Amino acid sequence: MHLSPDDIVFWQHGFLKLNATIAYTWGLMLVLAVGSKLVTRNLSTGLARSRWQNLLEIVVTAINGQIAEVGLRQPEKYLGFLGTLFLFVAMASLFTVVPGYEPPTGSLSTTAALAICVFVAVPLYGIEDRGVGGYLRAYLKPTFIMLPFNIISELSRTLALAVRLFGNMMSGTMILAILLTVTPFIFPIAMSALGLLTGMVQAYIFFILATVYIAAATRTRKTTTEVVAEPKPDAEAKHKSEGKVEPEPKPEAKFED
Amino acid sequence: MDSTTLIAIASIVTAGLTIALGSIGPALGEGRAVATALSSLAQQPDAATTITRTLFVGLAMIESIAIYCFVVSMILIFANPFWNHIIAHAAGK
Repeated sequence: MHLSPDDIVFWQHGFLKLNATIAYTWGLMLVLAVGSKLVTRNLSTGLARSRWQNLLEIVVTAINGQIAEVGLRQPEKYLGFLGTLFLFVAMASLFTVVPGYEPPTGSLSTTAALAICVFVAVPLYGIEDRGVGGYLRAYLKPTFIMLPFNIISELSRTLALAVRLFGNMMSGTMILAILLTVTPFIFPIAMSALGLLTGMVQAYIFFILATVYIAAATRTRKTTTEVVAEPKPDAEAKHKSEGKVEPEPKPEAKFED
Repeated sequence: MDSTTLIAIASIVTAGLTIALGSIGPALGEGRAVATALSSLAQQPDAATTITRTLFVGLAMIESIAIYCFVVSMILIFANPFWNHIIAHAAGK
């Protein structure tokens, strides 16, 4: 039974295998890198932009906004790593519309590699922000008895990241394969659309979880009241500026009386 | 009943039970999460984006439990080491 793109082997020599996972991963990397290079060749800073530049600006601004919303203070520092995570997983799922393609994230090797990247990145960003002592002291945070549990939670959430993405992607392709042998044309197409949706959601989940882990490691977490309070000053400022218009007619009405 | 049959029966029954029982908990949990999210959306529509984003993150965490059960079930059916071992043993004979 075809569980993952690892089973499709294009070329083999001894223990070196070129399987579909590696081929599709490198194809994705090629498309992302060459596409971005082509789009950003003549960037314009004025109002007239090419549509591709507009698209990339939307994507980058949205990712930047999401990172800032989670609470990281300088989103640009983490934009490269986190943005790449999101874009890679999203593109890997999006290209399912191309016939004959299988998402490389449907193989446990790819998702484990991505999860290990996050596992390595969290201490790196934490040490860069807090210093080695500060970062290690965070493991003793509630009480020092929590030290083994904090370490176990680090390992288990890395495993959870890998298995979650793998399970979602693999189940999508497997359901499609099973349905194609059973039902006519329309139902597998509906399931393929559902697979696209879950692919996008899982890309966002992977990205937001990586962001949350990095945010937890870089500084003491903002309390939820602070996070919720941020939109309110804008709303209050709006109400104040609107309210300034209203009281003015009233004194005039009193004088008229 | 020889060991091949025994391993096959145990794998199939366990795979079915794993995914059946393993889906109950996450389904109930997700139902409660969405219900609470809907009531907080009704109480504070201003915080809609935060609530929606947190809801999706929470749903993904709950869903991953069901995914673990699904992966175990798939392993039992399609990549069963005991089955492979016993088949290789029987073929070797």
